[in-house]
Amino acid sequence: MKIRALTGNEAMAEAMRQINPDVVAAYPITPATEVVQIFASFVANGLVDTEFIPVESEHSALSACIGAAAAGARVITSTSSQGLALMHEVLFIAAGLRAPIVICEVNRSISSPINIHCDHSDTMGSREAGWVQIYAEDAQEAYDLTIQAIKIAEEIFLPVMVSTDGFIISHCMQRVEVMEDKEVQEIIGVHRSPYSLFDKPITIGPLDLQDYFFEHKRQQIEVMNQSLPVIEKVMSEFNARFNRTYSIFKTYKIEDAEQVVVLCGSTCGTARVAIDKMREKGIKVGLVKLHIIRPFPHKELIELLKSFKLITVLDRSDTMSTMGGPIYVELRSAMYGCSQHPTIVDYIYGLGGRDIDVEQIMEVLLNGEEIIKQKKVATPIGYIGLRE
Amino acid sequence: MSKIFEIRWHGRGGQGAKTAALLFGESAMSTGKYFQAFPEYGPERMGAPVQAFNRLSDSPIILHCGIKEPDVVVVLDPTLLGSQPIMSGLKAEGAIIVNTTMDPKVLYNELGVTTQKVFTVDASGISRAILGRDLPNTPLLGALTKVLGIMTLDDLLSDIKKRLHKKFSDEVVEKNIQSIKKAYEEVQPQSVRSK
Repeated sequence: MKIRALTGNEAMAEAMRQINPDVVAAYPITPATEVVQIFASFVANGLVDTEFIPVESEHSALSACIGAAAAGARVITSTSSQGLALMHEVLFIAAGLRAPIVICEVNRSISSPINIHCDHSDTMGSREAGWVQIYAEDAQEAYDLTIQAIKIAEEIFLPVMVSTDGFIISHCMQRVEVMEDKEVQEIIGVHRSPYSLFDKPITIGPLDLQDYFFEHKRQQIEVMNQSLPVIEKVMSEFNARFNRTYSIFKTYKIEDAEQVVVLCGSTCGTARVAIDKMREKGIKVGLVKLHIIRPFPHKELIELLKSFKLITVLDRSDTMSTMGGPIYVELRSAMYGCSQHPTIVDYIYGLGGRDIDVEQIMEVLLNGEEIIKQKKVATPIGYIGLRE
Repeated sequence: MSKIFEIRWHGRGGQGAKTAALLFGESAMSTGKYFQAFPEYGPERMGAPVQAFNRLSDSPIILHCGIKEPDVVVVLDPTLLGSQPIMSGLKAEGAIIVNTTMDPKVLYNELGVTTQKVFTVDASGISRAILGRDLPNTPLLGALTKVLGIMTLDDLLSDIKKRLHKKFSDEVVEKNIQSIKKAYEEVQPQSVRSK
C-alpha cells in the first residue's frame, strides 16, 4: 500500500490504470475530463495495455464500449452531466445486453441553466436505465469503489456507474491509500465472458417483439434483484483484504437515535460533523450514508429505519414530480409497505454546486427535533440555503 | 478529532495559487497529516482573481463544505487588496500573509485589520532576484510554514524537492528551495494597529 495525494479524478484514473481495462472509449466533459485525460496519458506512456478509442460524442463512447464488452473485453468509460444525458438511450442498451461496463461518473447538474458544478441530477436521471449505481463520498471511496465496481459488473453481467461529486471531490486533493497493482489484479481476477464474439460467435441485440421482449425484461428485473447479495459479497471481500468497511449503506451513531438523516455523496462527511455537534448538545441524531441507489435496497432500509421517529432525507436533485427528491420519493414508497410508519421529510440542497455547511445541516436537524416534539409536519419538502 | 487548520489563498490566474495549495497540502501529508487542497472553480482566465484552499489536520478530514472562516489568508498579489474580500471571515486570532513591500500602516488601513496578525514578505522580489521571474507562490510556502508552525522548514523542503524534481531541472529546483528559505527567514510580523 502507498499513501498518495490524489484528487477524486486522479483517484479514479489510478484505479482504472490498475484495473488495466482492455478497452476505454471516452469523450471528455467537465468535471470528468481529467479522468479520461490522465488515463490517456497512461495509454500514451505504455503503462496500460488498453485500446483507447477517442470518439466524437458520449453516445459513440458508450456504443463503442458495448461493442467491446460484447466481444468479451473488460471495459470502462467516464463522463458527467450532459455527457451522461447524451448516453441515455445507450445506457438502456448496455443494461439490456448485460454488458458489464463501468462508468466513472462525476456528478454535475444538467442544463439549463448551464452550470458546471455538482448536483446529482445527472445520475439520478438515469435511475431507470438498469445500471447499478454506486455513490462515493470522497477520493478514497472513488478509488476503492471503482475497483469494486468492475468486479461487481463482471460477476453479475450488469453495467455499473460509480459517482463522485463534481469539483467538491473530483478536484479536491486528499490523502489516498493506493494498493499495489498486483493486489488490485488479484481481487478483480480475470474477466471471463460466457459469450465472446471471438471464440463462440452469437447474435447480440436482435429484434425481440411481443413474443419474448417481456420475458427478457423480467429477467433483467430479476438480475437487479439478485445483484444486492453480489454487491455485498464483493464489498466484504474487498473489506477483508484491504481493511475497509464498505456496505450497501453505512450507519453513523444511529443506535439510540430518534432522528436519522439519509443521504449520499460528499455531504455525508459534513453531515457527520453536524451529527457530532448535535450529540454534544445531547440531541439524539444519527446518519445513514447510501452507497447503492440502484438497485434500491428497500428491504434492508425498511428493516434499518422502521423504528425511528423521524427520517430526514437530504436530496441533491429533484424529481420534478412535485413530490420531492429521488431518495425521498423512493424511501417513502418503500416505507409504505412497513407496518410502522416513521415520519419522513425531505430537503433539497446543493443544486448547481450551492455550498452546504455544518450549521445548515444542524438547523435542519433542529427542525426535525421540533417535528418530533410537535408530532406535526408543516412542510414535508424544504430547501437548504435557498433564497426565497 | 484534532483541530483543522484552514487556509485561503488569494491570487490571480497564472500566479500559482492552486499549485501552492496542492504543494503545501502534499508537504503536510509527508509529515503524516491529513489534508485537503482545492481551488475555487469559475471561469479560468490569466490575471483574474482566484482563490484556493487548504485544510490540514492530524486526523482524517471529513468536511466537504467551503472554507468560510480561515485561520490564515495568504495573498499572492497585493493589487487584489482593494477589490477582493481578503479579510472575509478571517478568524479574530488568525493571520494574514501578504506578498508586499507596502508600508505597514498603509497595509493595515487597506485591509481593515482588527485583531488579526499581519505578516509581510517580498515574495515577488525574492523570486525575481533568485529565479529571475515573478513567481511568488513557492516563496510564500516558506512564509506560510513559519507563520502556521505545524511543520518544520526541513519537512517542507525535503518534500518540495522531491515533487519539483519530477518536473524541473536541478537548477530550477535549487533556486526554488533558496527562495523558500529566504522567504521563511524574511517574513515579518507587522505591529502597527489602525484605529
